[in-house]
Amino acid sequence: MDVHEYQAKEILASHGVAVPPGTVAFSPDQAVYAATELGGSHWVVKAQIHAGARGKAGGVRLCRTYHEVQQAARELLGKRLVTAQTGPEGKPVQRVYIELADPFDRELYLGFVLDRKLERVRVIASKHGGMDIEEIAKNTPDELLQVIVEPAVGLLPFQARELAFQLGLNIKQVSRAVQTIMGAYRAFRDNDATMLEINPLVITKDDKVLALDAKMSFDDNALFRRRNIVDMNDPSQSDPREAQAAEHSLNYIGLDGEIGCIVNGAGLAMATMDMIKHAGGNPANFLDVGGGASPDRVATAFRLVLSDRRVKVVLVNIFAGINRCDWVAQGVVDAVRAERIEDVPLVVRLAGTNVEAGRKIIQESGIAIITADTLADAANKAVAAFKAIK
Amino acid sequence: MSREDSMSILIDEKTPILVQGITGDKGSFHAREMIDYGSNVVAGVTPGKGGHTHHGVPVFNTVKEAVKETGTQASITFVAPAFCADAIMEAADAGIRLICSITDGIPAQDMMRVKRYFLRFPKDRRPMMVGPNCAGIISPGKAMLGIMPGHIYSKGPVGLISRSGTLGYEAASQLKELGLGISTSVGIGGDPINGSSFLDHLVLFDKDPETKAVLLIGEIGGPQEAEAAAWIKENFSKPVIGFVAGLTAPKGRRMGHAGAIISASGDSAAEKTEIMKSFGLTVAPSPAEFGATVAKVLKVG
Repeated sequence: MDVHEYQAKEILASHGVAVPPGTVAFSPDQAVYAATELGGSHWVVKAQIHAGARGKAGGVRLCRTYHEVQQAARELLGKRLVTAQTGPEGKPVQRVYIELADPFDRELYLGFVLDRKLERVRVIASKHGGMDIEEIAKNTPDELLQVIVEPAVGLLPFQARELAFQLGLNIKQVSRAVQTIMGAYRAFRDNDATMLEINPLVITKDDKVLALDAKMSFDDNALFRRRNIVDMNDPSQSDPREAQAAEHSLNYIGLDGEIGCIVNGAGLAMATMDMIKHAGGNPANFLDVGGGASPDRVATAFRLVLSDRRVKVVLVNIFAGINRCDWVAQGVVDAVRAERIEDVPLVVRLAGTNVEAGRKIIQESGIAIITADTLADAANKAVAAFKAIK
Repeated sequence: MSREDSMSILIDEKTPILVQGITGDKGSFHAREMIDYGSNVVAGVTPGKGGHTHHGVPVFNTVKEAVKETGTQASITFVAPAFCADAIMEAADAGIRLICSITDGIPAQDMMRVKRYFLRFPKDRRPMMVGPNCAGIISPGKAMLGIMPGHIYSKGPVGLISRSGTLGYEAASQLKELGLGISTSVGIGGDPINGSSFLDHLVLFDKDPETKAVLLIGEIGGPQEAEAAAWIKENFSKPVIGFVAGLTAPKGRRMGHAGAIISASGDSAAEKTEIMKSFGLTVAPSPAEFGATVAKVLKVG
């Protein structure tokens, strides 16, 4: 799960990381009021979306007057911001963050990730902040600083100190940077984050160390013990179909093809998409209905897949292990009847537990369902059905 | 896990199995399935249910008691995500040498702790863990330590290692269709941090006389497939057929499995497929051709 910049900063601040004073606003008037409350003479108005590269896309505005703050908020709110990371459709801007702008001397990079190879948290830092990490790694690979956290003891202050000195900070800055690095690590650990990026981490003229931008992602598997993070969820930032799927705890990812997929198991779901492509078609989505695919769940999956207007054919591929083909078949039949989707060609491939009972339910339903025996057969029939429509 | 007199890797019909969470819905259902398949289930653990029997199997409060009373050596966990890491470490501490975790949804930081905990055991006594978020292990005709539909597997010369459960079923049924069978199938799971990797099981298959070829089914995300492919080129004596699911997966999106996400270079299916080819693996052209590709490599059918 992702959160907004202002939310990541709230979390960081609560762990002792210094951040510039700021307030979130939902309207231009609120933005102006926020600026007056913050005081100062320069503010940054930042579009809050779940994607980076906002600066280059015009999503971050430096303002010198209240009028400019209002203007910037008005221009950003209610629009969709397209950045290099959002895709062509962009992300809706429903909140802006008004932050006091202070001049700074240096821009650094600080990041934390879960390293899958080492099975440890890896801390990355660089003297060259302000651009994205891929760019930093490409331009100045030798100056990329890395520290591995030993899980039994956590990040140790000496490791943070080594990083701070390697970043070329003076002694006053070092102690503040150590506080920042240790605080950020605790924010990462104590909230089950999978990624935390402070970029840039700036050094001000008066030796303050401030998190100027912050990005955090969290482990979905750990949300059961992180209510504070769940409460920060902003569904407007996800594809509406995906948000709807999440409500029914279905795994759905929208793509842009024409063949809707309903599959059990993540690996088989990916393979089914690959197979459609291999057969000359394009998958409309990834959808894993999961292990216990009750008739009800299958019906929900149908509604979801068909809510995508691009879907012209639906392919159901179930290899039942814990699942049972007869349940799935009943779900398919119920969904077709309830949703009146007889005009959408439907290809169903069932295999595994209770396959005979499942096939019987489909045959006896009287619904025009194209049945398939194998994965290849299913993909070929789905693509052929789509081509027949065209 | 009496490796000397057994022909299959990890488990056989004699392996004394413990089911952690045996009285829960899932644990109970799959314990029954495993017993019916012929697995030697000797004990269950559910804290608070010690002294009862379930499916004719004695239930204990702790893994230590179960080990002491029954000599169980392998465990399978049907424990809710919040408590599963604890159950795995309990099994390790009690001396269980093979731990299979079916549970989907264990926090990554919990798994990090589990892997770190394993390091307290010297290498020759360190537990082998399979999963989490996997379908388990099956040595057809001998034993099942998992949740797979046993009837789709037939006995034969192919070792199967898969991150995905259902894609493993797909492969097993394609092999069966062609009259090919499986020596042992291991699901290593879809999480970002696994108990064991492709590599850990390749080492075992290398020494297993029943296994003539290995089918390795990976997916997007993580460095495991590349690591295995490099090792195969230098060390593995048998033919390996590879596949990576997720060619059509978009970057930066988590495809169902917690670990199936393209976030770094080398994570995509296209890159991993190329790496496999460059290290001499035969790559199945599509997920519908697992069986046919294995048959071609083994020159059968």
